[in-house]
Amino acid sequence: MFVCHCGKNIAGTVDVARVSEALARHPGVVYATHHEYMCSEPGQELLRRAIREHRLTGAVVAACSPSMHETTFRRAAASAGLNPYLVEIANIREQCSWVHEGPAATDKAIRVARTMVEKVKGNHPLTPVEVGHAEKCLVVGGGIAGIQAALDVADAGFEVLLVEKSPTIGGRMAQLSETFPTLDCSQCILTPKMVEAAHHPRIRLLTYSEVEEVSGFIGNYHVRIRKKPTYVNPDRCNLCGECAKVCPIRVPSEFDCGLSERAAIYIPFPQAVPSSYTLDEGSCLGLVPLRCGECAKVCEPRAIDFDMHEELLEEDVGAIILATGYELYPKEAMAEYGHGTVPDVIDGLQFERILSASGPTRGEVRRPSDGRVPKEVVFIQCSGSRDPELHKPYCSKICCMYTAKHALLFRHAVPDGKAYVFYIDIRAGGKGYEEFVNRAMEEEGILYLRGKVAKVFRDGDKVMVWGVDTLTGKRVEVAADLVVLAQAVVPTTGAPELARKLRAAVDAHGFLQEAHPKLRPLEALTGGIFLAGAAHAPKDIPEAVAQGSGAAAKAVAILSAPVLTHSPEVAEVDEALCSGCRICAPQCPYTAITVDEVAHVNEILCEGCGTCVAACPSGAMTMRNLSDVQVQSMIRAALSEVPEPAEVKGG
Amino acid sequence: MAEAGFEPRIVAFLCRWCAGAGADLAGTSRLQYPPNAIPIRVNCSGRVEPSWVVDALRSGADGVLIGGCHPGDCHYMVGNYKARRRVYLLRKVLEELGVEPERVRLEWVSATEGARFARVMTEFVEELRRLGPLQGNGQG
Repeated sequence: MFVCHCGKNIAGTVDVARVSEALARHPGVVYATHHEYMCSEPGQELLRRAIREHRLTGAVVAACSPSMHETTFRRAAASAGLNPYLVEIANIREQCSWVHEGPAATDKAIRVARTMVEKVKGNHPLTPVEVGHAEKCLVVGGGIAGIQAALDVADAGFEVLLVEKSPTIGGRMAQLSETFPTLDCSQCILTPKMVEAAHHPRIRLLTYSEVEEVSGFIGNYHVRIRKKPTYVNPDRCNLCGECAKVCPIRVPSEFDCGLSERAAIYIPFPQAVPSSYTLDEGSCLGLVPLRCGECAKVCEPRAIDFDMHEELLEEDVGAIILATGYELYPKEAMAEYGHGTVPDVIDGLQFERILSASGPTRGEVRRPSDGRVPKEVVFIQCSGSRDPELHKPYCSKICCMYTAKHALLFRHAVPDGKAYVFYIDIRAGGKGYEEFVNRAMEEEGILYLRGKVAKVFRDGDKVMVWGVDTLTGKRVEVAADLVVLAQAVVPTTGAPELARKLRAAVDAHGFLQEAHPKLRPLEALTGGIFLAGAAHAPKDIPEAVAQGSGAAAKAVAILSAPVLTHSPEVAEVDEALCSGCRICAPQCPYTAITVDEVAHVNEILCEGCGTCVAACPSGAMTMRNLSDVQVQSMIRAALSEVPEPAEVKGG
Repeated sequence: MAEAGFEPRIVAFLCRWCAGAGADLAGTSRLQYPPNAIPIRVNCSGRVEPSWVVDALRSGADGVLIGGCHPGDCHYMVGNYKARRRVYLLRKVLEELGVEPERVRLEWVSATEGARFARVMTEFVEELRRLGPLQGNGQG
């Protein structure tokens, strides 16, 4: 028994000599002392020496919270030959000396120390569970966060599977025109990274593919990936585009957000990776039986293969990075802004396509309804964000910045045009962001109106915008040519379901939940699963890239470990007592329990919560080093009276 | 029924991730609360067996506190829900046996809620002072 003074932190309130003396008389305690700072080197040496000299079979350090120095003392004990799991910490600082005063604090400290002595008496020496692992990483989502993560893991020397559900990697960033605050051309800075990912010897690109099933645990995930047939051999396709010209089908282009049309055989954008056309089975006239086949007839390199089948890939991976990205909250949900039925009310991504040199208007700002150049454009921020009553309660974070960029790029494209921005607040926290918004407000002649827009509706060839300028208190009406809604950022459809398959939690809005909001922002609660990009929360490009790199570093730590260890303080079954009743198995959130004649715990999957132990009706399921018997004696040690020092003197 | 100067004895089963961490934060923030409870750390409130609570009450405790993570925040995803069901049933059984169900408290305290932990402790001690000693305690 080692009682720490922690300077005056403990000794100023608790009579540490009294605690030490009381514990010395506790059954089973052969040595008790107190020291100024147990965590100091002399304090640790005191522990090591006592272990050797008294051949201790257990030790309790009454000190600060176990979250502070449990590792310190267990390591010190191990170096003196005592199994670290036979060392326990009695918390007499955070939960005693700092929150109580007077003799009652000493009394409580004695009781707390006694409970831990009773626990140690029942502890068994344990060794961490060791488990091997796969040396491959799965990255789900081929946007900028996923690309960055894949590149960093691959550069560190590990194989990467980069799974993307659309026919090309690039994600949202490929759709953007220019990026705030530097006005870099988005595709120009992205495409080199896409190409790098495509040609990296350790990255296997699986586009047009989806993760179908995941089982296993940290270091040992087994995944099944479904790769849809593209009906075009990417090695042969030379991007001549003859196939798309003869295709009789025209459907709205996903890449252009419905502002242009594509054929059934198409390439999302010229720099797509892999560099190949894709035949969209869903919009094609029909493949079985073949109804048209015009594309194959004109394909000179004979790249089109109608017999291509979908593939099911089974892979073992050690770590998984989820970078499933975002989409915009649908305009159709905005009753107050025309329900998505007014053609000249568009969302932010559509305006990106209009501004983009590769977009449907070749970068000329023209409105969707009649192709005219709009002169009066209204930008509405927080459309669907920060609206707990009707839409999303959270701030979508990127809209203040991209709206300033939109208005500025519009003014550059249409110098005699007028831009209005309705906003609630301007949130421009980022390097160079505030300056950029100020430039938009002060130098670019954009009219910022603080207030929400109440109604948007069509009036002839105009779009009427009714709002209020809350700074002047006046009603504002604008007869606009085009309205751009900065729609809320929401997780990609289907991403929360995928997260559920991986047992990675999502929050109330479907964004991936991090393990700790401050200190573990890259990890899911499930070991070996990491988060990157806007799948976690609305994020801008530099944040998504940083998180991609961070997640990669976390994944590499697993992939490069010689062996993974796992706490041995987990549940275990006494097979002689188990009746095979199966009550335990459904209690387990980790599917660590299987039952045949009797229950079995997979000690690698078990996280040690003990819910199954509490549920077991026959006492067969126990928790290593926290058995019922231990807890019962801990309860008694907590409750039995503390003898007066005088009573037992000389005893 | 309450005796003058009666100080209830409490056993507090605190999960290490939320309630236990909240109790540590109360300490770091130096928030004073009555010293009546002896904490026993468990990984999850779902580990707490109803028999422990009965055992504590039989061994001299006047009240038992179980502290877990807020619904939806359980480190082990659902352990706190299991704890909630068990405590609900246990309180009913205790009531049948003539033990005030208020003597068993289940509280959600997050790792950031040091002040809440101190308040919960203070309130619980006050309530137990009102209820007085558990009848039959100390006699077996």
